[in-house]
Amino acid sequence: MMTEGKFSVIGKSKPRIDGRVKVTGQAKYTGDLKLSNMLVGKILTSPYAHARILNIDTSAAEKLPGVKAVITHKDVPSLKYGISPARWDENIFCIDKVLFVGDKVAAVAAIDEETVYKALALIKVDYEILPAVFDPIEALQEGAPLLHEEYAGNVNTEIHQNFGDVEKAFAEAYYVRNDTFVGQRTYQCPIEPHSAISVWEGGKLTVYSSTQSPHYFQYYIARQFDLKMGDVRVIKPHMGGGFGGKLEPTGLEFAGAALAMRTGRPVKMFYDRHEMFAHNRGRHKQFMKVTTGVDKNGKILGVHADFIMDGGAYTSLGVATAYYAGAMLPLTYEYENYKFDMIRAYTNLPACGAQRGHGHPQPRYAYESHLDMIAKDLGMDPLELRLINTRKRNTVTPNDFRVNSCELEACLIKAKEISGWEEKRKNLPSGKGIGLAVGSFVSGAGYPIYRTDLPQASAMIKVNEDGTSATLYTGAVDIGQGSDTVLCQMAAEAMGFTYEQMKIVSADTETTPHDFGAYASRQTLMSGAAVKQAGEEVNKQVIEMASIMLRTDYRDLECCEGVIWRKTDPSVTITFAAVAREFFVRKGPLVGKGSYTPPKLGGKFKGAPVGTSPAYSFCAQISQVDIDEETGEIKVEHVWDVHDCGTVINPALLHGQVHGALFMGVGEAVWEEVVFDDKGKILNANLGEYRLPTALDMPGITSELVFSAEPEPAGPWGVKEVGEGSTIPTMGCYSNAIYDAMGVRVYSLPLSYEKVWRALKEKREQEQQK
Amino acid sequence: MQAIQDKEGVKRYLITLYVNGDPYTKVVKANTLLVNVLRDELDLTGTKKGCELGDCGSCTVLLDGKPVNSCLVLAVEADGREVLTIEGLGENEKLDPIQEAFIANAALQCGYCTAGMIMSAKALLNSNPNPTEQEAREAIAGNLCRCTGYVNIVKAILSCGRQSKGGDE
Repeated sequence: MMTEGKFSVIGKSKPRIDGRVKVTGQAKYTGDLKLSNMLVGKILTSPYAHARILNIDTSAAEKLPGVKAVITHKDVPSLKYGISPARWDENIFCIDKVLFVGDKVAAVAAIDEETVYKALALIKVDYEILPAVFDPIEALQEGAPLLHEEYAGNVNTEIHQNFGDVEKAFAEAYYVRNDTFVGQRTYQCPIEPHSAISVWEGGKLTVYSSTQSPHYFQYYIARQFDLKMGDVRVIKPHMGGGFGGKLEPTGLEFAGAALAMRTGRPVKMFYDRHEMFAHNRGRHKQFMKVTTGVDKNGKILGVHADFIMDGGAYTSLGVATAYYAGAMLPLTYEYENYKFDMIRAYTNLPACGAQRGHGHPQPRYAYESHLDMIAKDLGMDPLELRLINTRKRNTVTPNDFRVNSCELEACLIKAKEISGWEEKRKNLPSGKGIGLAVGSFVSGAGYPIYRTDLPQASAMIKVNEDGTSATLYTGAVDIGQGSDTVLCQMAAEAMGFTYEQMKIVSADTETTPHDFGAYASRQTLMSGAAVKQAGEEVNKQVIEMASIMLRTDYRDLECCEGVIWRKTDPSVTITFAAVAREFFVRKGPLVGKGSYTPPKLGGKFKGAPVGTSPAYSFCAQISQVDIDEETGEIKVEHVWDVHDCGTVINPALLHGQVHGALFMGVGEAVWEEVVFDDKGKILNANLGEYRLPTALDMPGITSELVFSAEPEPAGPWGVKEVGEGSTIPTMGCYSNAIYDAMGVRVYSLPLSYEKVWRALKEKREQEQQK
Repeated sequence: MQAIQDKEGVKRYLITLYVNGDPYTKVVKANTLLVNVLRDELDLTGTKKGCELGDCGSCTVLLDGKPVNSCLVLAVEADGREVLTIEGLGENEKLDPIQEAFIANAALQCGYCTAGMIMSAKALLNSNPNPTEQEAREAIAGNLCRCTGYVNIVKAILSCGRQSKGGDE
């Protein structure tokens, strides 16, 4: 590791702080918790995609022995909510209409699960079925069924951004090409389903929740029930994955809170696997038209991205998704002229939201495929075409994103070397191919989801009284990515302490300081910056106390890995623990605190904040495929991923993030897709038929890094994103590898065996006609 | 199996499970799932529920030494049989080598699939102490992980095999 030697705690593959409790089964997740006198709650959902609610009769359900409460929209605040303040369009329970199969209608709390299910079956809802629309392009046509009265034409979000002069660039270009691609609806599928336990006691609401952001949950629950934020406590136990799906309220917290208030008893709510798919908030399906003009050397002069996305029935995080879809494209290549048009349409399907790589992987698949076709038309090597256009450090994108560190060129060159690109481009046998794509992602969103002047992150470290251990208190959320471990390493490094003696309390709004949580790959940079500051504050106090104890000028003292010594006479040492204990005896608790607010980022146009970030990661991926000409079966033999993610805090965990992000890209590239029937019912709402890849489906992975001589100035110790970036290029690099192998282009995701087979058949038929 | 009937005529069965070496006698319905007895009655929540359809493998336990999805096994089927859960691995403070290997190889992230994954790996290593990579992948093909891409999990399993051979290959 490049970082080795420079640092004592960071840059090392320390074992996970939660490793032991997770391998012994002791780690408690929300669904594992049992509170005394606890009830079980479930939500009744709509069986129809679009229907008017005429009447809800709960009387039979209420009479069932063991049922403690049945609630509908009449029993909860009618205030609309949504994670995006731009469009609050959801109610806790539907009032007049249901908008998709799975929309929330009523809820029951009872003494056990069996009674709950019986009670749900006894709730009688009279519906008047309305015409529904399932395709975003149809939804935007005149006369299409309208979902929300407030949003005419089913337009949820409309974006028209124009930077430079794209028309002029196209007019002056040597070659202009346009292509159309279609993505698919996918779902995060964390293995732990959503769950929440709500407790209402003495005017205070406590919610244990499997959430990526206790802060946003606290904010929205307080707003919904008109409570002070101080009277809402959100506790995040261990979490079984999120990937974006657990960033926004799931409905379980709202319904559970209402049921807890009604019954005065703790209520555990959960979704089963089918309900997870029905609630959704996964990846949007996008229809993507891309046009690029290049000069005769292949230099990109201008790009137009014209997209439509299927938003489903509600906004969710989709306003941001819509902006992200176009905003991230100019990060990888340098050009001045860029136009982005987007409509996010409402349809009578489950709402889509943020999934790993937020809005970006599908446009990246479209653009990287498109670029390979331009390379072919120009007779260029696709890698050479990219190298001509690759973004460099200290540049600004046409949409005003400032890029400090950027080693994309080095990523490409390293990927080329380790994959054997040149040799393989020439000499792979028929049926085998190699493809390339790149990507870039934010290291934290520049602005929080709702408008506020709160810092992005804050942290507190308390050195425990005898000085032998320290506890980091942070609102950052370990959803599996390892932030508890990484932040403890960062704390120890800044304090001059040892990782092994760090403890952590993470994500409880009552005991840990504010942090927006786990999304947009923000925690290592943003939460890390706050933790570093807190650690340095501890370090300063320890050094000051040591200077008193050793009667030495504080400037002559150094503290590292729990030992303090004189720089001018290293034989004079004292332990951190002894100094910290003395500090407590003389002054009380030894505490350090820190907070992080990013600088003002981005331009002044509408939507300018989305996609801003203090720092951007870059990534190049190359994959090698083997296609069965008879069946279209795609065997991916190997993927090489080269990441520019700045300074590494924990190499083992970092590469684990690359593996996982890549795995998600692999699944979406070839297999994963949520499929509906013509009534809007999901046909594959289970992990088997959704085809989540197994250990037998994964290709070999090589994960490599490149480092910059000038580290990223915006991140603590120069850190940047790693958690999502490797999902982004995968679909595009598979698409290009398939083309290299067989000379066929698949214009929609997933790049299924059937689609490859059909494309091969079509190609054969065309060749026979010639 | 002894059965009693409640007032509504629903039968309950008296079963004895040998869980992690200890006998537990419980009264269950005919449709009670083994996973629910473990989690709800015995508070052995290390065994997770991820789908209740047999797809994800989070609820994998060893039934008479064989890995099963405990969401697909009726409690009455397990009557009189040995059940090994994640809590039964290792001895007191000492972890089982496969648990150590998962930590050493960073083979877990969110940890929700980990118990099931380890139980499947344990079953493999019991019957085949030196598995090949393909055998390791096949053994955990019924355990879905959304975090790791399986890379380090496979590495962890293979590292146990190498240890038992007493050296690196």
